[in-house]
Formats: sequence, structure tokens, C-alpha cells
Amino acid sequence: MKLQVENLSFAYDDQPILEDIFLHVNQGEFVGLIGPNGSGKSTILKNIYRALKPAAGVVKVDGENLFNLSYKQAAVKIGVVPQEDVLPFDFKVEEIVAMGRSPYKGLFDADTPEDKEIIRSALARLGIEEMAKRNFLHLSGGEKQRVLMARVLAQETEILILDEPTNHLDISYQLQILDFVKQLQVTVLMAIHDLNMAALYCDRIYILKNGRIFTSGTPEEVLTEEIIADVYGVKADVRVHPVTNKLTITFLPHSINCI
Amino acid sequence: MGKSTVILKRLGKVFNREEPQMSVILACLLILALISIILAVGLGPVSVAPAAVAKIVASRLPLLKDYIEPAWLPVEENIVWGLRLPRVLLGMIVGASLSMTGVAMQALVRNHLADPFILGVSSGAAATATLGMLFGVFTFLGRYSLSLSAFLGAAVTIILVYVISRVRGRINITQLLLSGVALSMIMDALTRIITLSAPNALGLHNVTYWLSGSLAGTKWGYLTLPLLVIIVCMIVLLANHRALNALLMGDETAGTLGFNVSRLQKMLILVSSLMAGTTIAVSGTIGFVGLMVPHFTRLLVGSDHKKVLPVCALLGGILVVWVDVAARLLIAPEELPLGVLTALFGGPVFIWLLKRKTG
Repeated sequence: MKLQVENLSFAYDDQPILEDIFLHVNQGEFVGLIGPNGSGKSTILKNIYRALKPAAGVVKVDGENLFNLSYKQAAVKIGVVPQEDVLPFDFKVEEIVAMGRSPYKGLFDADTPEDKEIIRSALARLGIEEMAKRNFLHLSGGEKQRVLMARVLAQETEILILDEPTNHLDISYQLQILDFVKQLQVTVLMAIHDLNMAALYCDRIYILKNGRIFTSGTPEEVLTEEIIADVYGVKADVRVHPVTNKLTITFLPHSINCI
Repeated sequence: MGKSTVILKRLGKVFNREEPQMSVILACLLILALISIILAVGLGPVSVAPAAVAKIVASRLPLLKDYIEPAWLPVEENIVWGLRLPRVLLGMIVGASLSMTGVAMQALVRNHLADPFILGVSSGAAATATLGMLFGVFTFLGRYSLSLSAFLGAAVTIILVYVISRVRGRINITQLLLSGVALSMIMDALTRIITLSAPNALGLHNVTYWLSGSLAGTKWGYLTLPLLVIIVCMIVLLANHRALNALLMGDETAGTLGFNVSRLQKMLILVSSLMAGTTIAVSGTIGFVGLMVPHFTRLLVGSDHKKVLPVCALLGGILVVWVDVAARLLIAPEELPLGVLTALFGGPVFIWLLKRKTG
């Protein structure tokens, strides 16, 4: 499925936060959204998954206006892993993953054997089958994130929206989560802070600055030393890594006299 | 009360949270509820043996009455059927209703400290109900004017608390508790003003029990409306159990899982005020039941609302029935108000929850 965002604008109390956002994610593409803090990454995602109401613009899924769909219909097309929210009540891992089946369920419907199989296989694909009966609040950050991935997997959508899925995770979990998303081969739009991770995994990148799209293209096109200096105000050294053949970015702090 | 906690603890051990067997738990609770009702009907300033209670009740039931030989005093029948049974049954209903209100409000504000009493909803309902009772302001609403006026007060307070404590789309715990405190003070103050300017002393007497909560003087007629309301609300809440679960994950997540969050919130406000209003109209303000019962229910069966709702309704009913027995017996022949007792041990539970959450 193809995701298109056209002419999107958003304002908080008349203060414009996003202006004229055009972006698209082709079927099966892994697209990253990067930019400094407060540049509007999460705000764009929230407008797409309807947690915020845009001032103008449309979001289309395969050409169909998303805002004309019910929440339930939209939840069958787009799965979301939002930024971590504190859970006030404890659930079992399998109960959280079962929530991914919600958009397929009527008011009094119980979980069918088919649902249970989908839930089990989602847990298995993330390698956390043995955690099914454990309490979510007792898990580590990396384990929690894998549970949320299993939930969105059980939702069986072709489009995934991820809001900084690797935030607060140690490096092994970061790679694990992103490797997992990559091999799903679904359509992915992800906000991410880490430029090296973006360079490793994204097919294309949109760079945001002050609520506007600054530039977009492949990692090689947009992660240049000039653009990084323009957007972040940071000196960087960018080269192709001999092993990964991907860009690797080294930041050059003022405190180290490099040149 | 002591009895039910012991049993509760045992149940927790036998049916652990890994795989709670709902049919077994519900069957046990139903039996426990029946036993509680029969025992509680017998206990009071004048005791009636449980066997006699069971026979008197059975003699009134359509299918069983032909098999029962009347072997009791007319005064016993009067006490059981005329005084205690409606009171005990109302206790079951009130306990169930307050617990379910707690669950609904906790899902609405995503916080386990929400309770109709703590957030001032009971005070709001009492204020409008007092207004109705003493001045007949809401008599145009007909036979159920008292319940309806309590419902209006409850609804207004829930909406106010909700709006005040929502900061940038999120419920802030501090704001929630403080706005609850402030609103219940305002509402209690209104109730006092209305009471002091009361045109008649009879109303004044009734109003004092509202502020402390009591089941004394229950008539059969009091049961109909609250019972209907909890049945309807239970059906509505159970039908939406997935949505309630998702709501605990956060408004945004619930939206991405396909739920219309603003519609759900309106439903929860309506359901909570209906239950709180109709309950408070017949029993006054009984605090902390909606806080304690959902909490212990979750310890027993986890947070899934499909399990929490029926279990907490039964547990809440059993709890209130036994607390009411204590209220009748502790300083007999005088009676303690029920709400005074629930506050006495509910308050510490609240403090414990508060410390555990922030500590």
C-alpha cells in the first residue's frame, strides 16, 4: 500500500507547527523522518494516525482519503507504535498483543482460535513466546518494545508508522527492532533521531526543520556534511563504511580539535 | 468484611493471575454472595437464624413456596422480608454499582486513584439531590426526580474534574486529585447552604444521612432503578471491554487500534454518572468502595475488563453487605453510617496506593 501526505498543515492555538508537508511512502518502502527536536517529526506522524487534527491537507492510503474512513477501517490499514506511554495498569503480554486484534472485532466478539494463533505467531516472530504470561510492567525497555511490535504485527496492517521505536534502547535492541521491521517488507514511515540508524535502514529520508520539509532523498543524497551543518548546526564527517557500504556519520564536537 | 478479605486472599492463591479460571471464580463469588445475603439478613439487633432466613425467602419464591412449611414467627418474617432483605439486596446493588463506577472512571482518567467519592462526584450528586429533596427543584422530572437530579450533579462534576485535570491532552494526576478535592469541597459547601436554608426539618434529617451514607430504611421500591441501571451499564461496559482495555494504553494508542476515543469518553462519563447518581440517590455517599474493590479485583484477575467488571461487581456487593452488617452491629442498638466505616478503612488503602504509586 502506498501512503501519501499532501499539503499538510497543523497549528496549536494559531501557532503554525507544520506547514505544507508533502511526503509519500511507496509500497514496501522504508522511509525515515529526521530532524532536530521540535522540528515536527512526531506531529506529522500524529496527524497521519489521527491523534491530531490537521488544519489543512489530506492523507491518502492507495489514493483513498484516510480522514473519510472510520477509526476502525483506518486501523486495519495503518498500524502504529507510538512513543512510549506510561501504562497505569498492568496487563499480561498476551493481553497487550491481543489488543492488536481489536479492529477486527465486533462489540461482544471473543478471541477466536484464529486470533489466538495470530497472537501466538506474532509473539513467536519476535522471539518472546515464553513471555506470553508475564506482566508487561515487569519487562525491560527492550522487551516492552518487542511486545508493542508484536501487537502491531497482530494488527496485520500493510503500513507501519513508528515513532522513534529505538528510543531509550541499548544498541543490541535497536538493531534487533530495526532488523525486524526491515525484514517485514511492509510500507514503513519512521521518525528517528539517530542519523546512523537512519542511514543503515532507510530507503529514503525526509529531513524536517522548523515544521517544514527541508529536503528529501536517499541517505546518500541528504545526509551530507553541508545539510547536517545547516539543519543541526553540527560539524560532521560522513563517509561510506567499507563493510556495510552505507553512510557512517561521525560528529565532530567543538571540544575536540579535529582539524 | 474480615471474612471476605480472608477468602479473597485464598482465592488469589488458588486462582493465580497466570490463568484465572473465570467460570470457577465467578461461581465461587456467586455462592459467596448468596451466603453473605442470607447471613447478613439474619444479623442485626434482632437475630434470625440463617435456616429461618432461607426458608422465609424461599417461601416467597414462586417455584419453591409450595414445599416450605411455615415454622417461624410473624415478627421474623417482618424483619426478614420487610426490613433486612431489601436493605441487604440494596447493599449488593450499591456495592456493585460503586465498584463498576470506579472501574469506568479509572479507565476514563487512566488512573487507579479515581473513585466517585475522591473525585467529588458523590458530593456533586448529593448537592443536586439535596436541592431536589428540600426544595423540590426537580419535581418536574417525575417519580425518579431524586435519582435524576443526583445523576445531573454527578455528570456535571465528572465533566468538570475531567476538563480541569486535562493538561495538553493528558490527565495530570496532581491536577486530578486536587480538582477532585476542590470540587467536593465546593459541592459539600453547596449542600450545607441548601440544608441550612431548608424549609423543613424532615428533609434536614434525610440530608445528614446523604453526607455520611447509609442503607437504613431501605424499601423494596428503592431497588428497581439502581438494579436496572447497573444491568444496562454492565452490558454496555462489557460490550466495550476491548475499548476499555485499549484506553488504558493511552488515548492515542486506543485511536490507532480503531476506537473512537472521544465517543468512548462520553460513554464513560454517561455510564459513570448514571451509576453514581442512581446509587447515591438511594444510599448517600459511600466512599472508597470504587477505589478498593477494582484494585483488589485486578490483583485477583489482572486488568482485562472482561474479567474485572463481573468480578468487581460481585466483590463490591459482598463488601458493602458486610460493612453494612458491621454498621448495624458495632454500636447496636445505634447505627453507624455506612460511609463512615468505608472511609475508616478505605482512607488508609488510598494512602497506601498513593505511596506505592509515587514511591
